Amino acid sequence: MEKSSNMQVQLFVTCLVDAIHPRIGEATVAVLERLRMSIGFPRGQTCCGQPAYNAGYHREARPVAIRFLDVFEPTEGVIVTPSGSCAAMIHHGFPELFREDPYNLSRSKSIIKRTYELSQFLVNVLGVTNLNAHFDGVLTYHPSCHLLRDLGERDAPLRLLHEVQGAEVVPLPRAEECCGFGGLFSVKMSSLSEHIARRKTSNIRASGAATCVTCDTGCLMNINGHLSREGHAAECIHLAQVLAEQEIP
Amino acid sequence: MTLQSRIHVALQDDHLHQALDGNYLRSLESRSTAMAALPDAEEVRDRARDIRVDTLAHLDVYLEQLESQVTNHGGVVHWAENAEQAATLVLQIAEAEGAQLVAKSKSMLTEEIGLNEVLQHSGLEVVETDLGEYIIQLRGDRPSHIIAPAIHLTRTDIAQLFETHFGLPNGVNSQDFRRDVPLLIETARKALRKVFLDADVGVSGVNFGVAETGALCLVTNEGNGRLVTTTPRVHVAVMGIERVVPTTFDLEIMLRVLARSATGQKISCYTTMVSGPRRSDEADGPDELHLVIVDNGRTSLLDSELSEALLCIRCGACLNICPVYREIGGHAYDSVYPGPIGAIISPALGGLRKYGELAQASTICGACKDVCPVRIDIPSMLIKTRRQHLETTGGAPTWNVVMKVWSWAMRWMPAYTIGLTIARLCMRLLSRFPHYTLISRGTNASSVPGFILPTFRKLWKRRKRVLS
Repeated sequence: MEKSSNMQVQLFVTCLVDAIHPRIGEATVAVLERLRMSIGFPRGQTCCGQPAYNAGYHREARPVAIRFLDVFEPTEGVIVTPSGSCAAMIHHGFPELFREDPYNLSRSKSIIKRTYELSQFLVNVLGVTNLNAHFDGVLTYHPSCHLLRDLGERDAPLRLLHEVQGAEVVPLPRAEECCGFGGLFSVKMSSLSEHIARRKTSNIRASGAATCVTCDTGCLMNINGHLSREGHAAECIHLAQVLAEQEIP
Repeated sequence: MTLQSRIHVALQDDHLHQALDGNYLRSLESRSTAMAALPDAEEVRDRARDIRVDTLAHLDVYLEQLESQVTNHGGVVHWAENAEQAATLVLQIAEAEGAQLVAKSKSMLTEEIGLNEVLQHSGLEVVETDLGEYIIQLRGDRPSHIIAPAIHLTRTDIAQLFETHFGLPNGVNSQDFRRDVPLLIETARKALRKVFLDADVGVSGVNFGVAETGALCLVTNEGNGRLVTTTPRVHVAVMGIERVVPTTFDLEIMLRVLARSATGQKISCYTTMVSGPRRSDEADGPDELHLVIVDNGRTSLLDSELSEALLCIRCGACLNICPVYREIGGHAYDSVYPGPIGAIISPALGGLRKYGELAQASTICGACKDVCPVRIDIPSMLIKTRRQHLETTGGAPTWNVVMKVWSWAMRWMPAYTIGLTIARLCMRLLSRFPHYTLISRGTNASSVPGFILPTFRKLWKRRKRVLS
């Protein structure tokens, strides 16, 4: 593990983590602090606007995205978020939202340059794969669609997982298939979403892993909802939660 | 039926799932094997995209070139602005020939313009000669896939259908008939062979029209395309304005990705090049060749923010990989063009009011973009279609209010804080109902820490206080 001392990081924790899974935020902080990052949490942050953007409500998404720019623009350093989906929204959704708004488009461009999904930041920016993490158990990895395809990241999370002591990483059959979440899709078309999710949970079962790791809280909630409903013992947790675990001396 | 109820029906249909599951695994594996075997596959896809982009950028030039080359070969070129004009043109050509029987090879465009209905309405007999389409026609069904129209059916369905229509072959019982694929094919072949020989007019689609040479390229696997374009006295080819390629060299690139993406083949069994009617020194071929070039909304699509959809070469790879298509099949879309690309093309050509809702049936997972041979950005166009649909229809009142309130609450911290509290309470309550279909979906309250823990921002505040 390398120490990049006192690098300034602004945490965009995401609304789902803030509201439902604060432990993922804490784990993200723990991981970044282990690397001696100086962490800021801009208190005005809410959401990146993705739920409305994906649903086609761009008029409603735009002011939320502008708020994101307002909150993060005055801050120093890189912006790190424990979500492939929110990072992808900033990278690809913002330029589309502000296509005809040169002012906010140029603000977006400078924000995009500073914004990273957690695993990409650790591996591709810092060049760190070994975080001295220790996690006993058999793990498998579900690549979230937006991290995998929108941000094109196939390796970073797996490289981090492979360095975790005590963990055995097993392949997830048909890993690159969607879990069926799709944000509001899971509400608007819930039964369809369920059918897709069931395939994911049965693949998790087939992997033999007790823990499924992912980099997006949306997928995590969806998969966990189905796992618990189907009575599976397996559980889905965030990559940061695995990396935050250390051996108790 | 609404989209929701069509989806509901499809989800209950185990028989459909059996058929779709088979397609999913087979098609994905064969596609990826075929692509992996193609040297520099990614570069070839890039070139294929470049060719399509260039073609659309100079569409008028290439179409005029195609017209003059087809004319030079002795063909007649007709232009149709809309579906009605196109179908009427084909009808007039058939009627001028005094035709009674029309043999067709597979063409999605003729489905789009409703050609069969128009011809049949005027008393012509129309027979589909692609095996899948033939099965669909015998059943009075609709295609459920742009490449494999009968993909929603199993072998048993087809055997039962043939048994009803043709009876069992001598000495074969129902059980054996269902297992014997070659015998099933032979049954259809016998029926169709007569159609090829008796047809007065052959109607085909066009996979690519080569501007440089005037050749019309048809890609088939059963050879029916070749028969339809050679044995009847008149051949009518129906082509969308976007299906042109500049040169034979470009065609070769397109063919490399088309068959691999569609069926996982290196090349289809038959790649037919039609260059004009039969010449005096040729043994085979029709006396007349007509090319009907159809717009039907494509020009206005070309000028829109969704113009990229016209790059599509109708390989069907996005249907095969789509997690939604895999669950509901093609009929639930209730459009000639189902699947991810269908959810863009259908509203773009057939109207947002009628088809705009199709774009909702997507998780925006982007798997379609991954496999598209010409790298169409389908997920972002689905989002644009959702926006257009909202702008056109005004949106569902409930969602409009939800989104307005959400947008406001995300900008005003007190509302955000209260909103979080309410959302957390609601989820905790809903989690008690095991079958409530929200994100939590029967999650045990204890398994979601957020139900009991404070929000992250509260934890952060506490932590800062402790540290200082």
